[in-house]
Amino acid sequence: MSHNLPFEKPVVELQNKIDELKNFTQEKDINLESEIKHLEERLQDLESQVYDELSPWERVQIARHSERPTPLDYIDYLFTDFLELHGDRLYGDDEAIISGIARYKGRPVTVIGQQRGRNTKENIRRNFGSPHPEGYRKALRLMKQADKFGRPIICFIDTKGAFPGKAAEERGISEAIARNLVEMAALRVPTIAIVIGEGGSGGALGLGVCNHMYMLENATYSVISPEGAATILWNDASQAQQAAETMRITTPDLNAFGIIDGVIPEVRGGAHYNIEKQAAYIDQTLESSLNELLGFSSEELRNQRFEKYNQIGKIDM
Amino acid sequence: MLLSAIAHEGDRFCEKEVSILFKDLFSKKRKYATIPSERTQPTKMNDGVMTKCPNCKTIMYSRELKKYLSLCSECGHHFRMTADERIESTIDAGTFREMDVGLLSGNPLDFPEYEEKLTRDQEKTGLNEAVVTGEGKIDDYPVVLGVMDSRFRMGSMGTVVGEKISRAMLQAEKTNTPLILFSASGGARMQEGVLSLMQMAKTSVALERLNEAKIPFISIMTHPTTGGVSASFASLGDYNFAEPGALIGFAGRKVIEQTIREELPEDFQTAEFLLQHGQLDRVVHRSEMKATLVQILKIHGWSQEEGDKNESQSSI
Ligand SMILES: [Zn+2]
Repeated sequence: MSHNLPFEKPVVELQNKIDELKNFTQEKDINLESEIKHLEERLQDLESQVYDELSPWERVQIARHSERPTPLDYIDYLFTDFLELHGDRLYGDDEAIISGIARYKGRPVTVIGQQRGRNTKENIRRNFGSPHPEGYRKALRLMKQADKFGRPIICFIDTKGAFPGKAAEERGISEAIARNLVEMAALRVPTIAIVIGEGGSGGALGLGVCNHMYMLENATYSVISPEGAATILWNDASQAQQAAETMRITTPDLNAFGIIDGVIPEVRGGAHYNIEKQAAYIDQTLESSLNELLGFSSEELRNQRFEKYNQIGKIDM
Repeated sequence: MLLSAIAHEGDRFCEKEVSILFKDLFSKKRKYATIPSERTQPTKMNDGVMTKCPNCKTIMYSRELKKYLSLCSECGHHFRMTADERIESTIDAGTFREMDVGLLSGNPLDFPEYEEKLTRDQEKTGLNEAVVTGEGKIDDYPVVLGVMDSRFRMGSMGTVVGEKISRAMLQAEKTNTPLILFSASGGARMQEGVLSLMQMAKTSVALERLNEAKIPFISIMTHPTTGGVSASFASLGDYNFAEPGALIGFAGRKVIEQTIREELPEDFQTAEFLLQHGQLDRVVHRSEMKATLVQILKIHGWSQEEGDKNESQSSI
């Protein structure tokens, strides 16, 4: 990987040292096997130390990694016959959200996701994955199409949030998100959402009212970015690390709050280390989730969503 | 107080107990409470004998201001109203029965100083939370009403606000009664983190029920209606109204200016701006609010006696 995170430094250094020794062994024909073996054992320990108990801030960094796999990366592994469909039929096509029809294990489905660019040029085109109203309206258009033809809907969530811009406000970003929430509640087909990176506030929720919600182990889901929270709380965006701890935005907390239906394990160090393997982990969860939901009638699906969100954060009536 | 306790297990919430975010202060029998007398105390928003209009700078007696719907006598500037003032100016005298008075916020994130802030706002406003909900009548038409109060934690939507609004929606559905919500909110409640965000989902699944039942929902956005409240139920009325000059928007003005590096027009995110951009049905002056509501209730043909549609309407 070309880009390592600061907290990974000890692992990377040790790995480099092992690589050097291996090269040295080959070139000079000296046997350093026992040293190498010893170092590799140490590397394993070190990796567990670094990766097994990630702090919220470390997870935030992994979730934001520039090489973090995007919906389009996973679609290649999870689906066949993906056909991207564009436009909200009202104003434009927002490339911060991709959507289309595909097959999942042979079954027709609709796939929607917030899509960052995978390089600077693409990022500009995709507005760094921060949608305008058109993105949410395109998503809704295709959800209604899925509803009409009885296709399950799978949403991938990865956004810092809806775009805070003048045009977005003029064209009703509030209404676009709000409408999706209610319309998604009403859908008669199974809906599954997976937070694969950053689940940023209302912009994430705009694709996230669903029957089952999962998060990748290092994904985040929050009402405000750690930087935003730090600014409001301490008037200091540089305290984002502290805010990430305080705001409880990582999978253990989300799971405990009963907001998600499960955590999808990640490849050690983060999904970007092995996209194919990560896709296989997602596949497992997706398959069992979909199988379960396919046993529900359309009315049961709607009721399940109601009960699920109605009970979040309360007990007594 | 029966403020809920969140138990810990190591650093993680116990799954069972995490759901105890608040509890009814009162027993189950007391589903409704009439509005307590201390709740009808005059607002403390414009403390003092005199109030200066921020728009035209006219100085007037605070008491006079309150008498005229908190409207500036000179320029008609709409001052903020407390929830109680709003209820009094909207609902027929003596008909309001408050619901869910005893729902109190816990501190689900163990957020530093959150309880203290809640207590301070409770003392300051005489309210338990940032929204008052209940049933009452408008010109004899039964309605379910929710009024947010921006003095309480800036009207932000935490679990209790979401729960009360959601319950109001379900009550409207159950009793087949139109729903009227006056929004005033700075958005999400930071101290409740993602649980605050989930209130957008919670109110939305309830609103979907209301839609399915074809019960009218009138949303009135008052100053300010922003963030998560703007991006959920407030924007989804069958009728979307706003008071003149109200700030309504998703993202904060400063954030937008920093993002697009462009100065925004002065009327950006005002009610008038939204009307111009097709996001509102009408901007309604406070002095015409009640008449407008009555007009809609009449058109929908809800009977003035029962919480039900009358014959002529349902036979169409
Ligand atoms: Zn004035």
